[in-house]
Amino acid sequence: MAGSTLEIKDLHVTIEDQEILKGVNLTITGGEFHAVMGPNGTGKSTLASAIMGHPKYEITKGSVLLDGEDVLEMEVDERARAGLFLGMQYPSEISGVTTSDFLRSSINAHREEGDQISLMKFIKEMDAAMDYLEMDKNMAQRYLNAGFSGGEKKRNEILQLMMIKPAIGILDEIDSGLDIDALKVVSKGINKLRNESFGCLIITHYQRLLEYITPDKVHVMMQGRVVKSGGPELAQRLEAEGYEWIKEELGIENEVVGQKA
Amino acid sequence: MAIDTKLPYEKDYVSSYSERLNEPEWLKSLRFQGLELANTLPMPKPDKTNISKWNFSDFKHEAEGKKIDSLEELPNDIKVLLDLENENKNLIIQRNQSVGYQSLSSSLTEKGVIFTDIFSAIREHSNLVQRYFMKDAVSIDENRLTALHTALMNGGVFVYVPKNVVIEDPLQAIFWQEDLEVASFNHVIVVAEENSSLTYVENYVSNNKTENAVANIVTEVIAHDNAKVSFGAVDNFGAGTTVYVNRRGVAYRDATIDWALGQMNDGNTVSENITHLIGDNSISHAKTVTVGRGDQTQNFTAKIVHFGQNSEGYILQHGVMKDSASSVFNGIGKIEHGATKSNAEQESRVLMLSENARGDANPVLLIDEDDVTAGHAASVGRVDPLQIFYLMSRGISRFEAERLIIHGFLAPVVNEIPIKAVKEQLTEVIEGKVL
Repeated sequence: MAGSTLEIKDLHVTIEDQEILKGVNLTITGGEFHAVMGPNGTGKSTLASAIMGHPKYEITKGSVLLDGEDVLEMEVDERARAGLFLGMQYPSEISGVTTSDFLRSSINAHREEGDQISLMKFIKEMDAAMDYLEMDKNMAQRYLNAGFSGGEKKRNEILQLMMIKPAIGILDEIDSGLDIDALKVVSKGINKLRNESFGCLIITHYQRLLEYITPDKVHVMMQGRVVKSGGPELAQRLEAEGYEWIKEELGIENEVVGQKA
Repeated sequence: MAIDTKLPYEKDYVSSYSERLNEPEWLKSLRFQGLELANTLPMPKPDKTNISKWNFSDFKHEAEGKKIDSLEELPNDIKVLLDLENENKNLIIQRNQSVGYQSLSSSLTEKGVIFTDIFSAIREHSNLVQRYFMKDAVSIDENRLTALHTALMNGGVFVYVPKNVVIEDPLQAIFWQEDLEVASFNHVIVVAEENSSLTYVENYVSNNKTENAVANIVTEVIAHDNAKVSFGAVDNFGAGTTVYVNRRGVAYRDATIDWALGQMNDGNTVSENITHLIGDNSISHAKTVTVGRGDQTQNFTAKIVHFGQNSEGYILQHGVMKDSASSVFNGIGKIEHGATKSNAEQESRVLMLSENARGDANPVLLIDEDDVTAGHAASVGRVDPLQIFYLMSRGISRFEAERLIIHGFLAPVVNEIPIKAVKEQLTEVIEGKVL
């Protein structure tokens, strides 16, 4: 199989009775990298969190299908085991649980009970991935994200992505708070996964990341919807001209969710 | 007051008990004194917990236990406490009130180390025991229960490490309350002479559920100049036992006393862990971990009192509460006048797993000196749903995610338990209780 397909259809999401997403449509197939861009407050992160099943968000309408299976009917862990991965903007800190133990539990959760990864193989893979991401090996024995710098947390998300090898990765502002060197390393990690069986949805506020990861498709979100889609050239135009031209083109005065068109 | 003033055992009984054990006169008269004081002194008053209806009088005072010929024959809940692979040479198993098993490596015996049951110690080292028994750490007249403890003391161990002796392997004591109704009036004394160091670990095990019993335990740890004592304990009394346990340390100049206590009782419990930092540069870490469940009520005090200059005290209490269990965690850092440059830090964290559970963290700093540092942190909260979401988003089930978070929460204390087998057993007990 050439990879999985994630279909988001007419997705409506509310948080504390405020509607944030107002009908998002998007389809990602294995082998494709999609970038979702847009100014702050337009629903990008909500989209990422809602797909994964964040407890704060309520889906009021629409569907999310992974290879035809209804994702919204699944528990969060089932979504992960079905092939979804969310690289978070603000990963939780969990004291007392080492990064290495957590990673191993995660990998084993994706495998059958009789087919758990051996400790040797796990350490070998983890070491290789950490080298690739230029991470300090001590991090594996530190408690999960506890006291990590912003950059360390983001690298740790990509480390997990590389080791879990999901069918579809959703990366929520993985570039925020990274200096240029860290950004390059993180991009290198994501690019390494590029192949037919991996699809990626990259949510970003800045064009900067897309200088290192070339998307196949670019989507712009405003007011809780995808308002424009295109190829990589769309990202370049946004970098050069900002978002104003799209707003003018579509007659949008304020792009933030909750504002009238 | 609804306090039961009737004492469960009379002077005639105490007298004959003491005589049967061939006790020296000093101890016999101390027992009588305790009995008398118990008639007049008030009960202890743990902050925010009412113990007036707790059972402190219904118990059996004596029960013998059989000799243990081979450690292999022990029931599983005792065997898991032993590191059978690296056979522990320094081990005492007290079965009810009898010494079931006793061993001390010959190299330690040669160095003058004493590690024996309290009654043998009293017979063989009467002066030494008398020097420390209810003297520097706990006093007979603190309250009715310390007095009653003295009167009815019925077990325990005595540890003595001579000057300059450094013990690498831990000393382990297991107090196995095999009889479901027998009380534990254990008295434990640990004395570390100048420049000595040791690790001592004790386990209390009883399996009574509906049978009433009482534990009234006093532990006294004395660290002389530049000595170091690591004290680990896992208390695991059954639901029917009311527990009053006093663990107290006295640290002299440059001495260190570190506590790692797993407080896993299933019944009502008052636990006091107090360390007096008498000498300059003395240090204590007091780490405790607790799981409350069912409808038990517990009150924990961790207190470090600074007398010496430049003394350092660190309190860390972590508790998990479920069902309708209720616990109070008192953390007290006290710096006396003259204890300049001292540092008193404390942290209390309570994790609530159910709506009906109660947990109170009570941080107190009492400071009577200007040139010091002190700090406290306390929190009572539930499992963070975002942490659960994060772990589940990696494919980990909700059950496993909660398990990881609870273990992680308790890890800072569990990891301090010195004997691997005891640490693993504590992990298992925690698992059995919270999941």
